[in-house]
Amino acid sequence: MTKPLLDVRDLAVAFDTDGGAVHAVNGVSYTLHEGETLGIVGESGSGKSVHVLAMLGLIPRPPGRITGGQVLFEGRDLLALKERELRKIRGGAIGFVFQDPMSSLNPGMTVAAQIVEPLRIHLGLDARAARARARELLDLVRIPNAVARLDQYPHEFSGGQRQRVMIAIGLSCRPKLLIADEATTALDVTVQAEIVALVQELKRELGMAILWITHDLGVVAGISDTVQVMYAGRILERGPVDDIFSDPRNAYTLGLLRSLPDLSGGRAGRRRLHQIEGAPPDMRHPPPGDPFAPRNAFATPRCRTEMPPLAQAPGAAPGHLVAAWYDLPNLLRQEVAR
Amino acid sequence: MSTGTPIAEAAGLAAPAGTPALIQEPGTLAAFWRRLRARKSAVAGLVIVGLLILMAVFAPWIAPYDPTATDWGNVRGAPSFVHPFGGDEVGRDVLSRIIFGARASLGAGLVSVALAVSLGLPLGLLAGYAGGWIDGVISRLTDALLAIPFLILAIALAAFLGPSLVNAMIAIGLSATSTFIRLTRAQVRAVAAEEFVEAARAMGNPPWRIARVHILPNIVPAILVQATLTIAAAIIAEASLSFLGLGQQPPEPSWGAMLNTAKNFMDQAPWMAIWPGLSIFLAVLAFNLFGDGLRDALDPRQRT
Repeated sequence: MTKPLLDVRDLAVAFDTDGGAVHAVNGVSYTLHEGETLGIVGESGSGKSVHVLAMLGLIPRPPGRITGGQVLFEGRDLLALKERELRKIRGGAIGFVFQDPMSSLNPGMTVAAQIVEPLRIHLGLDARAARARARELLDLVRIPNAVARLDQYPHEFSGGQRQRVMIAIGLSCRPKLLIADEATTALDVTVQAEIVALVQELKRELGMAILWITHDLGVVAGISDTVQVMYAGRILERGPVDDIFSDPRNAYTLGLLRSLPDLSGGRAGRRRLHQIEGAPPDMRHPPPGDPFAPRNAFATPRCRTEMPPLAQAPGAAPGHLVAAWYDLPNLLRQEVAR
Repeated sequence: MSTGTPIAEAAGLAAPAGTPALIQEPGTLAAFWRRLRARKSAVAGLVIVGLLILMAVFAPWIAPYDPTATDWGNVRGAPSFVHPFGGDEVGRDVLSRIIFGARASLGAGLVSVALAVSLGLPLGLLAGYAGGWIDGVISRLTDALLAIPFLILAIALAAFLGPSLVNAMIAIGLSATSTFIRLTRAQVRAVAAEEFVEAARAMGNPPWRIARVHILPNIVPAILVQATLTIAAAIIAEASLSFLGLGQQPPEPSWGAMLNTAKNFMDQAPWMAIWPGLSIFLAVLAFNLFGDGLRDALDPRQRT
């Protein structure tokens, strides 16, 4: 196998609060190869966003703290880099798209000025060249009449168009890796579909790797090659997208899938939506074992005392990893597989 | 204020998709001007401020007499066609002294606030953006200064620096600085928490560039409003200092100094007090009206 573009090794992040340290990320390890799209799913507080912000030095420190691990990007450990060197990577080789396009664009600057910013910082383009490139980028993200729209302010764009602008900014320096943090969450469903379609097209055209962070399994299914399920700062399951959806091995993944409405119609579509009982653990005192064990009907005594390693799931597709001491009943897995 | 529904108007014009304005929309200068013009009190304030400034600038051409020239025939002279505002205790023309006095009042207001902003803005920016011990030191100093009432501090500083108009301006400016430090710091912290600042960091912007390009322009409206309102306070402060003999020195005219002299002649020559008093009132009112209107026009969120 070729060397991965991004190699996260045992990353751990904590936040110091008055009530003690909150262990937001607890030993996350994974790799991402060039051109691959990895979807990271999890609920709020699962550490999916925080670990990405942390590896780019974007969490406030203090109270944030990286308590361990390495993040190799193109072989260089991002966590060991100085802020100055990290700045060259942010917005350069790694592009970023944020959740809320309403608030991630500066309301007081024209769209052109904001697209031009990374071009001038990272590529050192002069004003004219940067502007020409900004126009190309608006064309690239399919914003019609790009020339006229360059000098407009963000409030003159619709929500979907603003997210297109954000994507244009994220892609401006031809990044090797595009990180989208809940990039479709703030948009309504039809616009979400448009943005997902756009990102798929752009990926085909530009071939960058994508790290797509979301709590929306539907979006992940549409966009990723690989899916990774996070809970309480740990990865519970990871595998090829089709495999995760058809053959989940972790009780949490299963719970997430069973909570999705089935829109296919017919009798199967009329089942009651499942809900995961209980609440996520208090991350000031993470449980010693599998963090999902207290909410898991299939948990074994071992689950409560010892964290299972993330390992190849027996009988599943190669690369389908799961952290579980238990086996899910076939019956339930088949229900989801339909 | 009930002048139409500018929020809906601005939002309708601004966001074609009908999205509500979540954060401050800058709009164009024209839109800002339209919102300002919709407020009659703000326009009135602006017009009066403009007239006062013109009066101060063109004082030598407008004033009928030399403001320091005495005329024995006009000692405490009642208002007449020759001296519409009357004469003072040594026969100087009160109208001319009012006109020239605007220079001291407006000059003190503008210069002291300019001083306060030029000191307060960078310090507040530094405190708000750098945080940590820098913020701690600047904020504690600001707290200490704010614990002393504005006018008392200005009087103390002016007394320390010695009586003159320039020293009064410096004293007023220094006294007003802490307000601007605190305002800037609070604004910077609010804007720095916005997601677009996070996005700017993720784009690889160095900190100084974020402060200058992404934060500073977004706090200018608040500073501008505060500056306009502080000019009104500074005009009162200058009048107070001059009243106490710590500002403009005789025989040069200043509204505050005129009031000080006039208090001795209240029953014989009330016009000596009425005109400077009215002038101070008008100037302060005008700056306050304009400042309030400016705030409403610049920040649609605070409108009630």
